[in-house]
Amino acid sequence: MHDHSPELISRIGRTAQEWRIQVLDMVYRAQSGHIGGSFSAAEIIAALYLHQLRIDPANPRWADRDRFLLSKGHAVPMLYVALAASGFLRGDELQQLRQLDSRLPGHPEPHTTPGVEIAAGPLGHGLALAAGMAVGARLDKKNHRFYVLVGDGETNAGIVWEGAMFAAKYHLDHITAILDCNGVQQTGTTADVMPSEPLADKWRAFGWQVIEIHGHNVHQILEGLDAAAEIHSRPTIILARTTKGKGVSFMENDFVWHGKPPTETEYRAARTELEKELVQWAN
Amino acid sequence: MGKLIPMRQAYGEALVELGAVNSDVIVLSADVSSSDFSSLFEARFPDRFFNVGIAEPCLVDVAAGLARAGKIPFANTFAFLFALRAAEQVRTSVCFSNANVKLAATYAGVSDSFDGPTHHAITDLAVMRALPNMTIVVPADAREVRQAVPAAAAWQGPVYLRLCRNEMPDLPGAEHPSASLRTGPFEIGRVVELRAGGDLTLIGIGIMVGRCLDAADVLAREGIQARVLQVHTLKPLHTLAIISAARETGAIVTAEEHSIIGGLGGAVLETLAEAHPVPVVRVGIRDRFAETGPYLALLERMGLGVTNIVAAARRALEAKRSFQITL
Repeated sequence: MHDHSPELISRIGRTAQEWRIQVLDMVYRAQSGHIGGSFSAAEIIAALYLHQLRIDPANPRWADRDRFLLSKGHAVPMLYVALAASGFLRGDELQQLRQLDSRLPGHPEPHTTPGVEIAAGPLGHGLALAAGMAVGARLDKKNHRFYVLVGDGETNAGIVWEGAMFAAKYHLDHITAILDCNGVQQTGTTADVMPSEPLADKWRAFGWQVIEIHGHNVHQILEGLDAAAEIHSRPTIILARTTKGKGVSFMENDFVWHGKPPTETEYRAARTELEKELVQWAN
Repeated sequence: MGKLIPMRQAYGEALVELGAVNSDVIVLSADVSSSDFSSLFEARFPDRFFNVGIAEPCLVDVAAGLARAGKIPFANTFAFLFALRAAEQVRTSVCFSNANVKLAATYAGVSDSFDGPTHHAITDLAVMRALPNMTIVVPADAREVRQAVPAAAAWQGPVYLRLCRNEMPDLPGAEHPSASLRTGPFEIGRVVELRAGGDLTLIGIGIMVGRCLDAADVLAREGIQARVLQVHTLKPLHTLAIISAARETGAIVTAEEHSIIGGLGGAVLETLAEAHPVPVVRVGIRDRFAETGPYLALLERMGLGVTNIVAAARRALEAKRSFQITL
């Protein structure tokens, strides 16, 4: 276990909030994109890109890099912000979300955007793709790690569990999955649409080590990522309890904000709330 | 003609030969390795063989992950499962991502005849052909399977390797008058002329190539000189060879162990309608499901016999005559 400094934790938390504002701006400008699931994953993605991942923006295809696989591909606006902050994209490119000739397509494309590892959007691909990559890395005796961000609604898809079984069978302990348990999917709560609890029991039954955290608590995210690296002979999943649309009162826990762009009035109100919270980070 | 070996056995043996010379080759199976003979690879290279269980979408995604790790994965399951159950993975993780994955699609056409229509693949070419970045290779006999496996491995990008389950006659070899046409290397993207002729052209794919040659023999006895072309690469299709045949012979018959919709017949019609329209008659399964039974009898039942190709040739020649009058 590392002892994470208060400065690091504060920097990640503040950055996550800044990134929410950038995502809001991007989706508002494009009038298209997914805010709710981007906001729920803000601290997780910020912790990965500001601290955890061994990556090199000067060499996006560095063979020994850690891999981040955004299986819940609709949250890609938050990934683009992270990639811009990390030097994989230029900051001004963020204005080009979902536009022709930009490197920021509607869902992740590894052949289009430096730093993007997999094509995703149709839900469920991440674990099985990571498992294939992890097997390849093991054959080559490489020790980089794989971080896969999965949505809780995504676990409705059978392919998630196919990949989960494969990863457990082959003891792929260099995979850390993070389940963004925001409890909401496109047309309602996960409890209403397709009950998925008890998630911890399910993942344990599938042969995974389970770590449960609050997904907006940076300290717990960092501790969870560290703990996962210590687990051997089985993959680990971090069940991160989050809030969909986190940070904007009228978006939180409301399924309509899964994929809806804000009107001007909504945009102003949301930005005001996010900025107010950001000011508190500065104090 | 020597002893016939099943094309799936030829495949398994070719995979072992490939694995021996290329350590990047990884073999994956959705629990059918005893069906497609990839078990031979498993026995020889257990560290490079992975059984994903009965989970075809997972099979394709794991293979795509291996390709991104720099490996050359050969994923193995039945053709219909690749084309239908795992089609989204094939599109997103293989074709869209242009991953270097080889989909070895066994039991194609109606070759798993006794297991019945649920196990047949008669629409797989239509699905795969419509996917950007996909290359489709269909060997005609066991000898060609042995050539196609290393060729697919050397080819950069997605390959759908469509394989027949059963023992089928080898195409004429070195002893045949047309042998010079078949002695070159197996080159993905080529159309091979197996028999010269100027009256019409029979274009075959897979096991229907041998049947086209037999049909050409029958037609020759009636004084009709049929050219025979083999399409072993349905995509990218060597359209110039198809257009030349249309221009030079004026009538075409296509023959495939597949629906007449979306496969070889569809590809030839699309090509010629734009470039050089001539009468085309398609031999294939006529937009229906097949049945259960012995393979050779089932091929006849589905209208895929030599007599069907001969009858199609006569129709094409008739149409060619009236077509010329019309023109």
